[in-house]
Amino acid sequence: MSFMQIKDLKVHYPIRGGFFNTVVDNVYAVDGISMEFEKGKAYGLVGESGCGKSTTGKSIIGLEKISAGSIIYEGENVTNKRRDRASAYNRDIQMIFQDSHSSLNPRKRVQDILAEPIRNFLKLTPQEESRRINELLAIVGMPEDARLKYPHEFSGGQKQRLGIARAIATNPKLIIADEPVSALDLSVQAQVLNFMKDIQDEYGLSYLFISHDLGVVKHMCDYISIMYKGRFVESGTKKDIYDNPQHIYTKRLLSAIPDVTPNGREDRKLERIEVERNYQAEHKQYFDENGRVYDLSPISDTHFVAATSSALKGGN
Amino acid sequence: MKTSEELLVIKDLHTGFRIKDTYFDAVDGVSLTLRKNEILAIVGESGCGKSTLATSIIGLHDHNKTRVQGEILFKNKNLAKLGEDEFNDVRGIDIGMIFQDPLSALNPLMRIGEQIEEGLIYHTKLTKEQRVNRVFELLTQVGIPNPQRVARQFPHQLSGGMRQRVIIAIAISCKPQIIIADEPTTALDVTIQAQILDLLKDLQAETGSGIILITHDLGVVAEVADRVAVMYAGQIIEEAPVEELFNNPKHPYTRSLFNSIPQMNSDGKKLNVIEGIVPSLLKLPRQGCRFSPRISWIPESAHEKDPVLHEVAPNHFVRCTCYKEFYFKGEEGGRA
Repeated sequence: MSFMQIKDLKVHYPIRGGFFNTVVDNVYAVDGISMEFEKGKAYGLVGESGCGKSTTGKSIIGLEKISAGSIIYEGENVTNKRRDRASAYNRDIQMIFQDSHSSLNPRKRVQDILAEPIRNFLKLTPQEESRRINELLAIVGMPEDARLKYPHEFSGGQKQRLGIARAIATNPKLIIADEPVSALDLSVQAQVLNFMKDIQDEYGLSYLFISHDLGVVKHMCDYISIMYKGRFVESGTKKDIYDNPQHIYTKRLLSAIPDVTPNGREDRKLERIEVERNYQAEHKQYFDENGRVYDLSPISDTHFVAATSSALKGGN
Repeated sequence: MKTSEELLVIKDLHTGFRIKDTYFDAVDGVSLTLRKNEILAIVGESGCGKSTLATSIIGLHDHNKTRVQGEILFKNKNLAKLGEDEFNDVRGIDIGMIFQDPLSALNPLMRIGEQIEEGLIYHTKLTKEQRVNRVFELLTQVGIPNPQRVARQFPHQLSGGMRQRVIIAIAISCKPQIIIADEPTTALDVTIQAQILDLLKDLQAETGSGIILITHDLGVVAEVADRVAVMYAGQIIEEAPVEELFNNPKHPYTRSLFNSIPQMNSDGKKLNVIEGIVPSLLKLPRQGCRFSPRISWIPESAHEKDPVLHEVAPNHFVRCTCYKEFYFKGEEGGRA
């Protein structure tokens, strides 16, 4: 059973102009998406830059104002609720940012950085707080003497682990990870990903994994949604998306990922050109006259595709 | 494997940066050959010296703070010894460069057309009219629709992929024999990345130039490269034709890197993590196998005292002998 539902979430930014600076139009950054989160599962949100995936993450945690739609957390409507230290929702949903360096206060020591969420959300005595900080450092595999250091004294991977330690300080249920590894080198990336998987298994965390890297998302996530222009074009289990992509945009995205084997790369190039041609030719079946993505319609229990019914029949 | 004439030969190149009156070599004894019609990829993690290698070839270092030793032979000239004026006759004409971030490589105050024309003014004797035509021709060549309009626009009016195409147009404007591409697609989305890589490959097939592609993305390498050199801590530790390297990697570092890719076909298995961190330039051990601290479970005797490149298969070179004894932690006894 899902503990959190997002229904028809919309985030629109007004464009002001004219004589009285009135709202002349809107930017439809997120335009009607629905999701459900279950305990212990990882959800991937994939799309190119500017598709609204980060805005989705930020609006869920309350950093962006939601224009329409609702977020229901454990039966309670938490849409546009003010961030509040007494709120269970704010405690249970945490975030990991892309740029670990700029997300850590350079003037605070590690122990103060980690103590912040603890002081905000948990009522602990100073001794308990200190013990909790040591615990957190142990979870992310850092020595206790890191407590008194400043963020600049750590490497990129270590800083990202501190970011994770801060996010799990309050025992959250859902962590929103916005491109957590895209600034890291391959071997460091592997370290952070392994580690995120470990704590997921151990604490039954759910992740909302926002990324443009389909390889990373495939490695981490159970369910994947592909986003384009603020809307989902396709949503399903990892298997649905990778083995049976239906939407032409998904196919295009998948064909563009470089494969880590040089064998057969000429064929892949031809396939890319073929997919690109289909993309231009079949555009009408997948996008309406304004270029907007259609609503999702189910093609199996888990697999949803945004397309006209004629396109789906042709696809099957 | 295409064998054709050698365009650029690098012999024992050392590029050092001065820190408190001592020079620390970021590129430490690199020898490479680039042939005509070839895409040579240089792969490595941040700080391995791959970008320094590129900027040494094209002479972008400040002579007061850097020391470039060794030979970079191009058309019977040693680029490492050229002065600034002589270098200007090579840069742009014979060697073009594509940078990682297209926005900061373009001048925000100049129109696209003028920026492409700039190189033509310096390096060719074309008339104004010929130059303008050449600009349109170049923009069409890199796949920009409506070149007349784009030539009048400013960089901020273009998307990231379009800007990168403009950068490529500038790099190829004087038909260079060598193109150095430093992470050309890192700042781009995957769909755009695929387009740019296909474009680079097509251009190369058309002009027959040699491309040095610097990247950290092994997927990109697999898609476009002909030959690959893997760098670690300033040295080339493995060099091979692309199929050979991907199907039969030898050096422990190369194999570890491959195992840490969240590959499209691995299902939630644990990724390999390389122990330790990339050593900093100042603390780099200058003797022995540089990768040995990160594979501490391999006995000392497996390494060479002074590791050199060994040819293990035709055109496949591996530094040090430790690859023979190497196995991943946890699979004791399972030898390569």
